This record gives sequence, structure tokens and C-alpha cells, in this order.
Amino acid sequence: MKPGFLSRNPSVLTFLAVLAIFTLAVTFLSEAYGAGLVSTSMVKTLGKTLTLCLIAIAMDLIWGYTGILSLGHFAFFGLGGYMVGMWLMYARTREIVLSSAGGALPMTPQELQDAIATQIFGVVGTSELPAVWSFAGSLPAQLALVVLVPGILAFVFGWFAFKSRVTGVYLSILTQAMTLALSLYLFQNDSGLRGNNGLSGLQNIPGLDAVGQDALSVWFLWASALALALGYLLANFVVSGKFGSVIRGIRDDEARVRFLGYSVENYKLFVFTLTAIIAAIAGALYYPQAGIINPAEIAPIASIYLAVWVAIGGRGRLYGAVIGAAFVSLVSTWFTGGRAPDVPLGFYTIKWVDWWSVLLGLSFVLVTLFAPKGIAGIVDWVQGLRPPKRGGTPLGPDDGSLQEKEALE
Amino acid sequence: MRSLLLALATGCLLALPSLPVSAQDAPATAETTLPAAPASASLTGLAAVLAANAEAIAKPSRQTIGPVIAEIGAAGAGAPEFLEAWADRRVGQRKDGAFFLIAKSADGWDLTDPASGQPAGTAPKSEITELKPNSGVRGLIASALVEFQLSDPDPAKRRAALEALARNGGPEHIEPLRAAIDNEPDATIRAQKERLEGLLTIRYGSSTERRVAAISQFGSDLGLDLRGAINPLLATTRKAFTGAPEGNLAAELTPGKGDFDAEAAYALLVAQGLAPARLTRTALRSALESHVENGMVGGIPVAELDDPKLRDAAYTALEAAGTVPPAATDDEVAAAVAAHRYADIYAEPDASVTDAARGALKGIEIKVGAMQVADLALDALSLGSIYFLAAIGLAITFGVMRVINMAHGEFITMGAYTGYVVQTWISDYTTSILVALPLAFAVTFGAGVAMERLVIRHLYKRPLETLLATFGISIALQQIFKNVFGTQARPLTSPAWLDGAWTLNDVVSISYIRIAIFVLALIFLAVFLFIMTRTRLGLEVRAVTQNPSMAASMGINPDRINMLTFGLGSGIAGIAGVAIGLFAKVTSELGSDYIVQSFMTVVVGGVGNIWGTLAGATLIGSLQKGIEWFNPSNTLAAQTYMILFIIVFIQFRPRGIIALKGRAAGD
Repeated sequence: MKPGFLSRNPSVLTFLAVLAIFTLAVTFLSEAYGAGLVSTSMVKTLGKTLTLCLIAIAMDLIWGYTGILSLGHFAFFGLGGYMVGMWLMYARTREIVLSSAGGALPMTPQELQDAIATQIFGVVGTSELPAVWSFAGSLPAQLALVVLVPGILAFVFGWFAFKSRVTGVYLSILTQAMTLALSLYLFQNDSGLRGNNGLSGLQNIPGLDAVGQDALSVWFLWASALALALGYLLANFVVSGKFGSVIRGIRDDEARVRFLGYSVENYKLFVFTLTAIIAAIAGALYYPQAGIINPAEIAPIASIYLAVWVAIGGRGRLYGAVIGAAFVSLVSTWFTGGRAPDVPLGFYTIKWVDWWSVLLGLSFVLVTLFAPKGIAGIVDWVQGLRPPKRGGTPLGPDDGSLQEKEALE
Repeated sequence: MRSLLLALATGCLLALPSLPVSAQDAPATAETTLPAAPASASLTGLAAVLAANAEAIAKPSRQTIGPVIAEIGAAGAGAPEFLEAWADRRVGQRKDGAFFLIAKSADGWDLTDPASGQPAGTAPKSEITELKPNSGVRGLIASALVEFQLSDPDPAKRRAALEALARNGGPEHIEPLRAAIDNEPDATIRAQKERLEGLLTIRYGSSTERRVAAISQFGSDLGLDLRGAINPLLATTRKAFTGAPEGNLAAELTPGKGDFDAEAAYALLVAQGLAPARLTRTALRSALESHVENGMVGGIPVAELDDPKLRDAAYTALEAAGTVPPAATDDEVAAAVAAHRYADIYAEPDASVTDAARGALKGIEIKVGAMQVADLALDALSLGSIYFLAAIGLAITFGVMRVINMAHGEFITMGAYTGYVVQTWISDYTTSILVALPLAFAVTFGAGVAMERLVIRHLYKRPLETLLATFGISIALQQIFKNVFGTQARPLTSPAWLDGAWTLNDVVSISYIRIAIFVLALIFLAVFLFIMTRTRLGLEVRAVTQNPSMAASMGINPDRINMLTFGLGSGIAGIAGVAIGLFAKVTSELGSDYIVQSFMTVVVGGVGNIWGTLAGATLIGSLQKGIEWFNPSNTLAAQTYMILFIIVFIQFRPRGIIALKGRAAGD
């Protein structure tokens, strides 16, 4: 009998169980629904971390499994955030304008739009609504754009890059250039997305004023956990079948896979676009929790940090990426938040706010050099401690040769 | 003229008998030994003029003082000195009404007689009222002084006078300027005078012929001052006319053609009071709001008034009822627009002058355009050489060794900070730069070798991970720089002989520092070529690059060569850092600003070939400058479009401009 999806991927159940327990625990400890031991800002941090885990899964798919080191996935993450942020900002400003409107006459649509545009774009010195905001009034349209804009961008970019067989470090630099171009473009005031002011006030969800931030943060935690669970399932599904074998083959020896008759470019393009969409969804969930988005978030450095998380967590296995993203971003928050104790050395006191980046950079070098498997390598090590389950008759004459049950799998 | 003034002055004297009396009192009170000029019975020259206008001079006002200044200016000996002193607030009036040039002494004022220039004794403070003309009056005095200064024996004063004239010369200065040309001994100042005379004639010349001749005499001169003189002649104002356009017509406009549409035409009519203003949306709104009756406006319920059409209907209803003033409807607007003619009218009434000016300006513009292209080319070359400097180290580590070094930018920063530290030790800028260059090389060479030994050596088989590991080093180094040197920019000052710019004319100029960087880039190119093709090290580097195991079997130690190559690339980055630090701000992010461009340069140029890097740097530099030229206010957009161009370029030439072929191309 062919084993089922779950029995072939035992890590999925463990992962889902851990995620569910974590979500429930946070819910029952939160201020809104439970004991109040976990503060609202902490719930938000945890929710954001879950979305970062989601984009780490995307990064692992494209890098750990397909072997394409993309330094541009945070651009898609940011674009997703911008798309949802546009609706949040537009709809919220619309509520404010309507509630503060004076005068005896109801507003014409034109007047309403002008007032909203003046509110939103006053900071960059215009009062006209740019064309990119055409759909900002409609939530379904903007949600569709969350998927479409990064998806199409990734598709077009990937089409050009993969068809001309740009590979390896060239591709990495090219993706980095794309990210840089996008962030420089968004930094301009006339990009139509408020330049370096970015979009703000995203934590206020229009129409949900009655619900406090404490409850909203838990809702977003649930949404993020759900998205992470679905993303994990999807990624596991993608990498577990024949498709997964092909993309791993591309990672290990691209030319050989091509000679076997597979269209390497199309596989790469599919994975690149799929991961861009996953990243965009993660971004769309992240920024309402963060409350503000600006072009600095898209800068190439962010995408490189993403690679750092995945590398530290362990490439080539999905839970590794999740562990890496969660571990590094939480530790990073702890160190840079000023809560880590200073280390007095007598002649100099190490303040972690200043030295955390140094520690991160160096530990990253050490991980790359000495532990290419990352944190998830510990799992291998633990499994290696136990004797393997063996059964059936030996298939060969030597001691330790494969036995029947092993060969079946 | 002068005799007339004298007569006038004497007349005044006769009419005011009190003046000579008090003047005669003066020597007694001032207890002087010298005979003071006012004492002489018949006043002539400056003294007479001063005496005649005493009241106006003591309390000058900008509106009325003009003729008096002219009179003083024409009064002969001592006049320029007096005017100068007056403008400098060095003139005092004694209680008896006489004027003196004053200078502070121990117990009051030293007096000098304005007409003769002889010392006129001293006076206690209480005796003298200082004259303090306001700035308007001082300006008038200064322009009167110009005449004298133009023929001053001191060339520096003549030059200063010319500069003052160039700023605010007027029609009254043309004649004195012409008069001052012939006896000018200095050829340069003479040329300046002639040029200024021409410029003033263009603007204020007495006859059309003279002005046209002055314009044509300049030809297509590139000077900003000439364009400054010609442009005001061609200034136009847009006007609407009920009949045929009047005045010096620049162009007649038809509404709807070009960028002059009916809206603009109507706005012009409104501005000239030829038509009533249109009803704006806000005006419409407030008119409707003030006529709400029983929840209705003009018979339409208020709740339905969120539709612009219904609002118009409501206003028309109110208009019909006579409760609001009629506003122009679209038909009326169209009719009003059609009933008028529109034209751009020159402020300068003389048509032949404007024709000549337009012709001259066209010639100038063509020449300026050509010069701008030349200037742009220089800029592009300079930017290209900066990129080349930043990228040449990378061309060695990435191009020759195929090692991605993301910390390359931090090596550039390291070089710049080395320069800064050296400058804190050595205060002489020239020496410090000369020390900093080799020291920066040594420091970054060491850092590069250490990095190669400790990290990169283990990752030669895993290029993508080299990228990540060196990136980790880059994060750490950047933060260490921040911790050591702080986040604010540190100065790296260039020696004084690098200040300033080489100016070809008003359009083309380039700063010396950029020339120095260009020269430095050329030197590096030569050094690189020399090392690679003429030395043992270069031979071994090329051998190891092409086939490490074969090179090793020939007795070359690949480890040592890799280490040296990497050190060399890093060292050059350090020197580039010093050069870049001279014109950019030295911060911990200095290098990371250049890292992406440097990679682009190497990749676009073609990996493994120094000429490719050169071509790439030139291409990227000129591209960026070219895009900036189209949109000068927005360098961010220029960078965005440049990167987009590079992304597209890579699609068509994935191996760069100069691609290695055959086995050397590797994979």
C-alpha cells in the first residue's frame, strides 16, 4: 500500500500540534481572552514572528530546496504589506473624513475622494489620488492585488532571469538589484505610496473600532498561525512528491535534470512565483500587526537577514526554516530591545544594543562554516543516537547491509 | 552745467546769510591753527555744493537725495573721497553746519576738510553730529561713486567697481563706463569694461541700432552674464485682447492648441476682468448650503445632493428664482473664450531688439547644449572612475577568484576610516593623505588575508555560502565601525590644492578632486595590468584561476596565491576608500552604498576581465548621469531606472559586455 501524505511526512503532525498548542497557550495567557500574563505588544510580536516563519518557509523552498539564493523575497513581503496597507489606510481615512465632515450637504464622491487624498498625501505635498490607489477603496480588490502584484512581478522577473539562464551568484545579485530598485523607487515621493513616510496607522482596522487592540492582536495571531499552518502543509506537499524530487535535483545538479528532459526553467519559475506569493501573504499579515510600513523595510538587507534566519535554522527542511526565523527574530528582539543584561568586562561594558549585530554576524559565519545544517541539525543528531529500527532479512551478505523494510521505504 | 550749479550755489549762499556767519565762527570754536576752507570768502567747488545742500545732506532721504549726490559728484576735487566717506559713515557735521571727514581720536574727532583733503584740527564729541545715511541712500551714493572708481588708479578698486556695476548697473552708467574704457591701461580690465559696456547697452542702450549691434557683437558667447542680459528682453506676458493684439507680439495663441487650453484662456479673461469667475465646487457648495429650506434646495432634497448633476440643477433653480447671482455656464464660457484673442507680448517694446535677442539666444542655446553634453560626459567619466575604483578590488576577488565578497564595501569603509585616523595624527593634509594611502592598503590587505585564511578558504567549493559568510562579516564589521567611530559622519579633508574646480567656461567645469580620482583610477588600471601580465605573481594568479590542480603540480602553491590575490583585491578597496572618503561622508555605511553598484559594474562588464570592468564602470557611470540629466531633481529615480536597465541588460548579455570564451569561462 502506498503510504499516505501524513505518514510519509511525520514532521507535519508534530509541527501542527506544536503550533496549535502555542496558539492556544498564547490565547489563554493573553489580556483579551485569558490570564493577561502575555501583554498585547508581546502577542503582536509573537504574531509577527509567525508571519516571519511563513516567509522563512518560502525562502527555504526557493533556497533550501531549489538552490536559488533569492535576495529579493522581502520585496514581495513588503509589496504584500503595501497592498493591504493601502486599503487599511484608505478605508480608515474615509471613516475619519466622513465622521468629521461638516456642512449641510452630503459629500459628492469627488469631494469625498479629494478629502481622503488630501489627508493621505498631505505629507508628500499633493492632494491627488495616484492611479495605483484606484482599487484602494475595495477590500476584495486589494486582497486580490496582494497576490497578483508580487506574483506578476515575480513571474516577469523570473521569466527573464531563468530564460536567459542566469544562475548562481549572478541570480542572487540580480534579485538584490531588483530589491534595491524597488525600494529606491518607493523612496520617491512621486511613487504614489507616500515616499519614505510609508503607510501608517495600519493597526487600526476600519469597521472594527469597537474591538480593542488586545483582542485584535489575538485575532491576528490566529490568522497568522492559520496561514503558517496552511503554508507549511502546502510547502510540504510541494516538496514531498515527484515535484519535490525534481526541484531537489535542480538544486544538486541542474544540468543533469535538464538532460533528463525536465524543463528546469519552468520548475524554477513556478517555485519562484509560488514563494513570492507566500511571502506576499506573510507580508499582508505582518504589517497590520506592525502598524507601519516604509520603503526601508524592503531594502536588500532585510532579504539577506531572511537568508540568515533560514541558514541558522537549517536549510533544506521546512521546520528548520521555521525554527531559525522564530529563534533569530525573537532573540534579536530580546537583545535589541535593551532587555538583555550588559556584560561588564572591567575595561569595557558590552551593551547588547550595540553589539548584537556583531554577535549575529559572527555566529552566522560560524554556522555557515561549521554547522551547515543549522539548528535543525540537532534533530539528526538526536535521531542518530537511537539505533535504527530494522526488520526482515538482510538483503546482502555483509554486516549492516540494508534490510527488507528499509529498502521498501 | 557746472557753472550753472555754481551760480545756484552762490544764489543759495546769498539767500542764507546765516550760513557763512556760522562758517566763520567755526575756526574759533575748533581752536585750529590751519585756516579752514569754509573760512575763505568765496566758496567754490565741493565746499560750495556742500554748503548749499547742507540740510539735505544732513538728513538725506532716498527719494530726494539723487540730484544732490549728482551735484556733489560733479563738484570736482575731493568729491569721490567725500562720497566714499559719506557712504562709510565717516562724515560729520559740526554744530555750525560745516561738513568734515571724521576719524575717532583720543578725545573726540579728528577732522579733515572734504574739499582740500587737509587736516582741519580736532573737535570734541559734542560738537560733531555723525551722518548716518540709510542703506537706500548708501546704494545711491555707491552707484555715483562708480564713475570715479572706474578710473581709480588702483586696479583692485576698478575691478570692484566693475563687479558692482555688473550686479546693478543702470542706464546712467553707460556713458561713464564708455568714457573709462579709453584710458584703461590694464588689458584684462579693459576687456571686462568693454564686455560690461556691451551688456549694459543691450539692456539700456539709447537707440535700437546700438542695442542690436551690441547683441550681435557678442555672437554665441557662453557667459551667464550675457544670458542674464538677453533673457529679460525676451520675457513675455500672456494677455487677452478684445480686438487685435497690441504691443511687441511674441506669438498669438489659439485656445486648444499646444498647452493653451480653453480653461487657461478663460482664467486669463477672469484675471483681466473681461469675464465673470466660474463657479468653483466649493462656491457651489456654500451657495447651496446657505439656501437650504425645509431640507430642500431649489426643490431638491438635501440627501440627494451628493450627485454633482443634481447640485447643478439646484443651483440653476436658485438662479432662476433670483436668490443667487448668475454664474458662468459652460456655453457662456465657450462664447467668451471665442470672442477674444490671446497673445504672448514681450515686455520689451522694440521688435528689432527682440528679434536680434531671439536670434542670439538660439545660437547660444545650441552652443550651451553642446557644452552641456561635454559637461555631462565629464561628469559621467568622473562617476565611472569612482565606480571603477570601487569595483576594481571586486574585479580581482570576484572576477579572478570567483569569490563573492559581500564585505568588500566594508573594506572600502575601512580604508576611509584609516584615512580619518591618520588625519587625527598628522595635521598636514597633503602628508596625511600620502601616509593614508599606503596605510589603508596595508590595513585592508591584512584584513583581507585574515578573512581568506579564516573563512573563505573553507568555502571555495560553496560559492553561495561564501556570499552568506562574507555577508555575516559585513554585518559585524559595519556594527563594529558604528561602535568605534559613532554614527555621525567623520571628516576626511582633502589637501588645499585639490579644492576648487577646473573651469573651462560657465557651463563646463569639473572639480580637481574628481580629476584626481580619475587619474587614480587610471593608475590602478595600469598597476593591475602590470601585476597580472608582467609579474610572476600575476602569472601564478592566472594559472591558479584557470586550473588550480595543474598549477599546484607545477610547483605553485595555490593557497598562498589565493591569499595574496584576495589581499591585493582588499587592499585596493582600502585605497579606493580613501579616495571616496575625500568627497563623500565617511560613515559606517559608506561602503554599502557602493557595494551593489560595484557588483553591477563587474557583472555588466564581464567577469574575469579588467577591460570589462572598465567598460562596465563607464557604461554605468554615463547611464546614471544620462538618466539624471533627463530628471535632474530625482537621483533616486535615476538609480531605479539604472538598475532596471542593468537587469534587462543582463538578460541579453548574461556574461557581460566582454565575455570570456572557451575554457577560461569556466562553468
